[in-house]
Amino acid sequence: MHKFRLYVAGDTQNSAQAVANLTAMCRTYLPDQYEIELVDVFREPKRALEDRILMTPTLVRLEPSPSGRIIGNLSQTQFVLQALGLA
Amino acid sequence: MGVPLIAKQVTPTKAITGIVGFDEMTGGGLPRGRTTLLAGGPGSGKTIFAVQFLLHGAQACKEPGIFVAFEEAPKRILGNFAAFGWKLTQVLDKKLFFVDAQPMPDLIQSGNFDLSGMLAGLQAKIKETGARRIVFDALDVLLALLPDHATRKIEMHRLNQWLLDHEMTALVTAKAGADDVGPSSEQPYAFMQFMVDCSVILNHRMDLGVSQRNIRVQKYRGSSFMEDESPFVIGRDGFDVAIARMLGRVDANVTAERVSSGVKRMDTMLGGGYYRGASVLITGFPGTAKTTLSGAFAEAACARGERTMFVSFDSDGSEVIRNLTSVGIRLARFIKNGTLSMVSARTITGSAETLLVRMKTLAKEHRARCVVIDPVSTFSKAGNELTAHAVAERLIDWSKAEGITLVCTSLLDEMSSQANGGTPLQISTLADTWIHLNYLVQAGERNRGMSIIKSRGTAHSNQVREMILSDNGVTLADIYTAGGEVLMGTMRWQKESAERIANEVAEVAGKLKRVSLDAEEAVLEVRAKSLQTELIAKQVEKALLVRTTDTRERESAVRKIRMSELRGADAPKLRRKVKTA
Repeated sequence: MHKFRLYVAGDTQNSAQAVANLTAMCRTYLPDQYEIELVDVFREPKRALEDRILMTPTLVRLEPSPSGRIIGNLSQTQFVLQALGLA
Repeated sequence: MGVPLIAKQVTPTKAITGIVGFDEMTGGGLPRGRTTLLAGGPGSGKTIFAVQFLLHGAQACKEPGIFVAFEEAPKRILGNFAAFGWKLTQVLDKKLFFVDAQPMPDLIQSGNFDLSGMLAGLQAKIKETGARRIVFDALDVLLALLPDHATRKIEMHRLNQWLLDHEMTALVTAKAGADDVGPSSEQPYAFMQFMVDCSVILNHRMDLGVSQRNIRVQKYRGSSFMEDESPFVIGRDGFDVAIARMLGRVDANVTAERVSSGVKRMDTMLGGGYYRGASVLITGFPGTAKTTLSGAFAEAACARGERTMFVSFDSDGSEVIRNLTSVGIRLARFIKNGTLSMVSARTITGSAETLLVRMKTLAKEHRARCVVIDPVSTFSKAGNELTAHAVAERLIDWSKAEGITLVCTSLLDEMSSQANGGTPLQISTLADTWIHLNYLVQAGERNRGMSIIKSRGTAHSNQVREMILSDNGVTLADIYTAGGEVLMGTMRWQKESAERIANEVAEVAGKLKRVSLDAEEAVLEVRAKSLQTELIAKQVEKALLVRTTDTRERESAVRKIRMSELRGADAPKLRRKVKTA
C-alpha cells in the first residue's frame, strides 16, 4: 500500500497541477494500491508550519518507508516515478 | 468609556531595535512595516542582531516577534544565546516565537512550486500571536531551493508583498561573501537589495591581525542615516555599535563641582582640583610617576566614598597596589570595602573597540563615578591608530555623558619630544586638563617635574613644580629658579640650604650687633648718670661757697663797724642794711 500526503495551497495553479499529476500517476502505476491525503495549507496553516512545509505543493510519501518529500507540481512524471522508486 | 484625553498616538515610522548605537545611526531603528535586509559574511553577527531586534520588541515595545530559522534549529540558536545576558526565556513562547523552517534534507524537486505553504503557516502564527516583528534568518538557504533566478525573484517579491500586506516590520538576513559585498550581479540576493526599504551590511575583517567588526547602513528609504561604517563589538549584552557623538544629542550635565586630584598642592595649582566629569590626561615618559599621580586621584576619590575603577594595562592590580603603597597611597583598604575595583586589563585582548566596550561594561557594573585608565596609550597598540583615536574620542564622550571623572595616563614615546605635542591618540586635544610630567637631568640626577599644560575653564598655575615621592605620598615643591636657572632635587636642596645658612649667619650677626650696641648704650647711660651726680656735687659746692663768702663779708663788715665803734671813730655811719642769714 502506498500512502501519500500532498500539501497544497488552495487551488493555485501549481497545487491544482500537482493534484492532477499525482492522481494520474497513481491510477496508472499503483491502481488500487494508494491513498492520498490532501492538506490545504490555507485551511490548516498551523499544520504546514508544524510539518515544516515551506513550499507548496509538497508531496510526502508516508508509506512505504523511507519517507521522502518532493516539492513542485510533479510535472516531470519520469523523474517523480524514479524518485518514488516506481519506474 | 470616556473620551480619550490623548489623541490616538501616531505609530512611529521606525521600530526601535534596542541595539546600542544602531538606533542612533538610523535615527530610531528599522523602518516600521517594511522589510530590511541584513547581509554579512559568516560569523558577522547577523543572527545576534536579528534576535536582539526581536527581543527588544518583545521586552520593551509590546511588539511580539517571530523568528523563522532556515539554517539552524531554534533549539541550537537558543542554546547559543544562553551565554548572553538577555532574559530570553522570560518572553520565549509568550512574546517571542521560534519557527523551525529548515528544509528537509531529503527534499527532491520536480516542477514549479511556491512559498504559499510557509506564508499561510506564518499568517496563522501572526494572527495567533499578534506578532509585529518577524525575522527570516538565512533567507539564502530558502533561495537556494528555488530552481532559477527568475523564480527566486518572483518568490522574493511575493514574500516582500506579503510582509507589506501584513504590515510586519521584517528583518531578512542573508549571507554575503567573507569580505564586503561584491558586484551586485554576483550576489544571489542582489535584487533583494533593490527591493527592500533598508539595507544593512555587516562585515568582519582583520586589521593587522586584530579582529574588527563594522556595520554600515547601505540604504534607508525615506530617512536620513549615518552613512559611515561604524565599528561594533559583540559583548555580553549583544551588539554595541560605536558611534561618535552626534549632533542633537543631549549635552552632558556640566557642573562646576571640583574633585581633588589627590595632591593638595596640585589642587591649589588647579584652583581647586579637577572638575567633576572632566577628562584628565597625564602624559610623561616611563617612570615619571604617572601611575602614582593617578593612584593619588583614585585614593582621594575612594576616601570621599566615590566608587572608582582603576584599569591597569601595564601591570596586575595587586602589583599596582603594592607599588603605590610604597609612596603612601594605600588602596587595598578600598578594594576590601568594595569602593575600588582594580581591573587588570592585560588579559583583555582585542581591538580598541573591544577594550572600550569591556571597560564601559565594567564601569557600569561597578557603578563607577571615577575611572582611571593607566595607560590609555594601549589603545593605539590594539589595531590601527585611526580607530584607536576614534575610540579615545568615544571614551571621553562616554565618560562625559555619564558624568564620570576620567583620569588617563598616556605614555609618551621616548623619541617624541613634548614639542611635537600630544599623544599618539591625539587625546590631548580632547582632554580638559592635561598634566605633563617629565624629567630634568641635572648634576647626575633625574628629578620629576610637573606642569599643567592646559586646564579648561580653570585658572591654573603656569609654574613647573618638582614632584617628590615619599613614604607619605606625593608632594609638590617649588623649584628653585634664580638667575634663569632651574634647579631641582639635591641642587635645589643645596641651594636652599645654603640660603638658609646664610640667613642664619646674618641673623646671628644682627643679634650680636644689637647686644654690643645695648652694652654701649648702657655704658653711656652710666656715664651720663655719674656726670649728673658730679654736676649736682659741683652745684652744691658752688652754693656753699657763695654762702660762706657772704657770711664772711657780712661778718667782716660787722667787725669793721664794731671796731670803729670801739675806736670811737667819727666817720659817718654806714647805712647798710645788714642781711641776716
